[in-house]
Amino acid sequence: MTSIGTGYDLSASTYSPDGRIFQVEYANKAVENSGTAIGLKVKDGVVLAVEKLVHSKLLVPGANRRIQTVDRHIGLATAGLPADGRTVASRARDEAANHRDVYRSPPTLKTIADRLGHFVQMYTLYSSVRPFGISTILGAVDKDGPALYVIEPSGVFFGYHGAAVGKGRQLAKTELEKLKLSELTAREAVMEAARIIYLVHEDAKEKEFELEMSWIGPESNGQHVAVPKDLFDAAEASAREALVSELE
Amino acid sequence: MERIDYQQLKAGEVNLGTSIMAVQFSNGVVIGADSRTTTGSYIANRAVADAVHYNLQLYTQSAGAPPTVHTAASLFQKICYENKDALSAGIIVAGWDKEVGPSVYNIPLGGGLFRQPWAIGGSGSTYVYGYCDATYQEGWGRDETVNFVKNTLALAMSRDGSSGGVIRMCVITEGSVERLFVPGNELPKFWQGTEVLSAPKEKAAAFEPQVVPMAVE
Amino acid sequence: MDHFPLNWGRPRNDGLDLYGTYPITQRPNHAPKDAFSAGIQHTQQPIVTGTSVLAIKFKDGIMMAADNLASYGSLARFRDIQRLHPVGAHTVIGASGDMSDFQYIQSILDELMIDEFAAHDGHTLGPAEVHNYLSELMYARRSKMDPLWNSLLVGGFKDGKRFLAFVDLLGTTYSASTLATGYGAHIAQPLLRRAVEGNEDTLTEDEARKIIQQSMQVLFYRDARSLDKYQIATITAAGVHISESLKLETSWSFAEGIRGYGAQTQ
Repeated sequence: MTSIGTGYDLSASTYSPDGRIFQVEYANKAVENSGTAIGLKVKDGVVLAVEKLVHSKLLVPGANRRIQTVDRHIGLATAGLPADGRTVASRARDEAANHRDVYRSPPTLKTIADRLGHFVQMYTLYSSVRPFGISTILGAVDKDGPALYVIEPSGVFFGYHGAAVGKGRQLAKTELEKLKLSELTAREAVMEAARIIYLVHEDAKEKEFELEMSWIGPESNGQHVAVPKDLFDAAEASAREALVSELE
Repeated sequence: MERIDYQQLKAGEVNLGTSIMAVQFSNGVVIGADSRTTTGSYIANRAVADAVHYNLQLYTQSAGAPPTVHTAASLFQKICYENKDALSAGIIVAGWDKEVGPSVYNIPLGGGLFRQPWAIGGSGSTYVYGYCDATYQEGWGRDETVNFVKNTLALAMSRDGSSGGVIRMCVITEGSVERLFVPGNELPKFWQGTEVLSAPKEKAAAFEPQVVPMAVE
Repeated sequence: MDHFPLNWGRPRNDGLDLYGTYPITQRPNHAPKDAFSAGIQHTQQPIVTGTSVLAIKFKDGIMMAADNLASYGSLARFRDIQRLHPVGAHTVIGASGDMSDFQYIQSILDELMIDEFAAHDGHTLGPAEVHNYLSELMYARRSKMDPLWNSLLVGGFKDGKRFLAFVDLLGTTYSASTLATGYGAHIAQPLLRRAVEGNEDTLTEDEARKIIQQSMQVLFYRDARSLDKYQIATITAAGVHISESLKLETSWSFAEGIRGYGAQTQ
């Protein structure tokens, strides 16, 4: 890396001569090393899925969740440092509660993404802090319908039909692009999401992983909840099958 | 004789005498008021309105879309509720938005928030609840609604000594805000017959016998 | 502070406001006036008020009722408001007293339930937790000399258990198989007790409904701040159900034959 040894990468408050902030770029590296997280915005809802790498067999199943709830109708999935994900989710919940307090109505996802983008960006300005080592996929069904945003360590955020961050993002994006997202139902999207996570997981290189999935749609009553067990099991089984048949 | 318990009012404030009203109709709202107020409360209410105006502008800029009527009403409600000890403001918020169309919100003294098809407020309103209950019907168009507001306010102004002057109204629809003005000498007139009847007059003597002096012998 | 629910929503005092032009309840203030009092006074009275709430235990859970009226002094100002509020899937709260404070309590509980929802830890708050939270909230506010001016009933059904309890603006709590706030505590409570006590585990939903309905009817006859439009909430193992607005049937034929008021002689 060209940045090493130049001294321009020691602080987020210092630009390199060609206008880069290396600390932010390193934060992106932290995201790239993480298990994949994807989000699908479909016809009637949003599905989030995470490839949670399990670093120890001693961990209780379901520990260290990477999908979190922000408000009744908003969820987020993070890729990167799990502890940073906690901080951002906590801030997101505060923002949502504050919006409800002031305007007596549930916030739209755009409002939350905007506020959260500002929050993340603040951590790219000072030498005393470290930028967040996570990318955050935000999903919701609000008054304008399904919505999906990704916030990067720099604080920028974009809206997407389908999003993928972390290790397997390239392959996941290719798979997402093949789907007709705007025609899928949330139920169908759960099957696809599980399939993609299993597909991008590199069995040979990686440790074990746990699939984490949540959704917001008509079947969850517009609320952000974990995908129900029967559907989850069906999606996981079908994902395994797809993987096997692909190998053959 | 009117006696007001000034201890019940906030220190340094005088009772706000006025009549205000808003009514929703198929594709908009009509909001109206008389012109008689007393300065103390008027200034207090302007301060609240200015604070909310600022917040609504802020909302518009940051959300990239105009706020709903419910949002505006909630901001007023928050201020009224959190400062209920210092304020004596009864507020009506009415307007049109893309999400629900026309809506009217009433925020009475304690700072509660109530959505209504029609709302009346101010001291004059207490005289016209019966008229509104008896007159209002769902499904009206613009002209019927404007008339309803005009008539109600005129009735309130005629019975409430603390209301009066002229009527100002606004018709708010999707694309426009139309201002209407009714001068004090052109207010709708209602029953104006004799209210206090004088004591019954004595019956005029129908027949007065001709008195003829008695013949004296 | 006026702690007595019976004083809330009183008619306007004609001695102070002859023509009712100033619409807040007028009440003589006998408290001594000192130079500092203005600096520390908070809400001195409820303004837009709801009257009684009734609740009883029955075989399958809890039944609660309240009318749809929010009064403004003696003015029946809002005649279509809801005073029974669901909190989560197991609990209903019913409120009498100040409606703006009740709306505030609703938003506080909504925030609490969202926090619990977001925690996603497999637990949900039941009626006992909600009631305890409310009692802490009410007591904390009265200790700031700024009470939330309500009497609340909390009813619910969770994990096979019924729950019914009371909390008011002072943070006072108690529990019983029949509860009532405001006027209902005086007029309806004896009727409810006679019908329910000892029969909590045998009363059917229909029987409970009948008892509630009769009590609401008596209240409508006797409570001048009540309305003949009301709602019933039932909380059972099946969850929370709040009815549409119901109409109280009343009969006034008894009044026709009454004679002898004042100077009337025939």
